[in-house]
Amino acid sequence: MSVLAIVEQRMAGEVLAAAQQFGSPLIAYSIDLPYTADAYTAAVEELIRKVNPTLVVFGHTYQTRDYAPKLAARFGRVLIGDVIAARPPVFVRQMFQGKFNADVRLVGDGPHFVSVQAGAWRAGSAAAETFSPSSTTSRQMAEPPFREAGRAVDLTAADIIVSVGRGIKEKENIPVVQALAQALGGELAASRPICDAGWLPMDRQVGSSGQTVSPKVYVAVGISGAIQHLVGMKGAKTVVAINKDPDAPIFEVAHYGIVGDLFEVVPALVEEIKKAK
Amino acid sequence: MKIAVAIKQVPLRDSLLRVNGAGTWIEEENLSFEINEPDAYALEEALQLREKHGGEVIVISVGPPRVSQTLREALAKGADRGIHVESSNLDTLGVGHLLATALRAESPDLILTGLQSDDLGYGQTGVVLAELLGLPSSTIIMQVQVINDVQPGKVRVKRELEDGWFQHIEMPLPAVLTIQSGLNKLRYATLMGIKKAKTKEIKLVSASEVPQASAVIEKLYAPEKNKQGQIFDGDAKTAAAKLVEKLRFEARVI
Ligand SMILES: Cc1cc2nc3c(=O)[nH]c(=O)nc-3n(C[C@H](O)[C@H](O)[C@H](O)COP(=O)(O)OP(=O)(O)OC[C@H]3O[C@@H](n4cnc5c(N)ncnc54)[C@H](O)[C@@H]3O)c2cc1C
Repeated sequence: MSVLAIVEQRMAGEVLAAAQQFGSPLIAYSIDLPYTADAYTAAVEELIRKVNPTLVVFGHTYQTRDYAPKLAARFGRVLIGDVIAARPPVFVRQMFQGKFNADVRLVGDGPHFVSVQAGAWRAGSAAAETFSPSSTTSRQMAEPPFREAGRAVDLTAADIIVSVGRGIKEKENIPVVQALAQALGGELAASRPICDAGWLPMDRQVGSSGQTVSPKVYVAVGISGAIQHLVGMKGAKTVVAINKDPDAPIFEVAHYGIVGDLFEVVPALVEEIKKAK
Repeated sequence: MKIAVAIKQVPLRDSLLRVNGAGTWIEEENLSFEINEPDAYALEEALQLREKHGGEVIVISVGPPRVSQTLREALAKGADRGIHVESSNLDTLGVGHLLATALRAESPDLILTGLQSDDLGYGQTGVVLAELLGLPSSTIIMQVQVINDVQPGKVRVKRELEDGWFQHIEMPLPAVLTIQSGLNKLRYATLMGIKKAKTKEIKLVSASEVPQASAVIEKLYAPEKNKQGQIFDGDAKTAAAKLVEKLRFEARVI
């Protein structure tokens, strides 16, 4: 099947590697426009009508999430998003927050639309032609990207990180995990829901919308291992997981794990560390 | 302002999930259900916008009969009325069409949804809905500021980007926004709210025709385990001691 890859700077090499596996001939374009959802939907629609591909492939970036479903709907299709493997016309994606995989089969004629998960394909060449649409209009007006002022904590420099997730249940329990961070001489970090709830400040969040860290040791306590968390800590040299659910996806990336109740395991760990020191 | 919030009912967090007999979806019998988490934030945002700008909040859900419970809970939190489109269609485009048909008649000024569901996780419903209604949209929203709530309305939003970056976007109303968890503080239903909800309307709508799905779930299964890691058994103390030994002599951080 003929494949059109839409590349942006983020994930360019990965998108091309995936697209190459999905079929041929392959043609790759980047869109020569400042991004808005309306502008990109119209531009890629024009490109598709010109190129006539069976499959359109994107990286599963926040930008793709913002407009590709709209584009697919315009062609009466659903975007098969966040794909981790493929035997076209069957594409594999996670469901239920990584607890299950699903084989999703494309039905009917192209164009079909697929986006691939970051890290699922090894990046190849990122060469792409540039497409300039014949006209652009957009109802959205986008201002330049910005970061919130002053990140108080730089987790990227930490050698040891102890990270706490929703398994901690209540704000009052945070000290349980803090004690472990202290015993190891590491920084305390968290999954998103902990920061959303205000139990720890935003600048301790690890993941796709937080910090990307690569410490010597990353201890994930009561964290399930959703993809948006994993992308932020997969680079750790040693990953330790403590979780009461033996099927939690975090164990897939863990070098060492303890299946159990963190409220028993973590204090025991602190005790043993003190003994060892 | 008339604000519509599309909410989805999903299995209760941390439910023990099993694949059904056909191997194509989960076994739903004996499960409990709740509102999809980002949708709860979308509802809260709608309620707060109503407090600022006046108007009404309509909650709408596509699903089997059980979703009326989740709609009722949204009414207890303060939504004014509900629309239940009865259908067990799981296809995102199909659901988009069902929502669009029901909402066209309402012509809301603003439509909110959560940014993705905890079950399918496609993260598309809001964006597809915007396309079908011909409205502008923006996703992964962390802040909503209605600049002008009378015609011609206008909204300014803060959109989340990767790695801790953000961006402000302005667009005309009506518009569709998909809401990220954590942009506000969720409220609980009060006793008074629960009482009032009993008398609020939930309009039951039967499903209209929708296009055939362009993709189907052929198989749902537990991912293959390729744990290369070591799991330490035993009671907490024994397991902890084994782990500390590894951290000491292999990872060398103690
Ligand atoms: C666009 C987008 C961006 C996102 N960005 C991020 C991000 O940057 N960072 C991030 O972390 N998430 C992010 N998320 C959210 C992500 O999808 C997950 O929802 C989140 O990571 C889940 O956090 P958690 O693992 O702490 O909670 P859960 O998934 O609820 O997991 C809790 C875990 O604790 C375990 N547990 C419960 N009780 C105990 C106990 N007593 N002892 C031991 N274990 C226990 C459970 O078995 C479970 O595995 C993002 C999502 C989206 C859609």
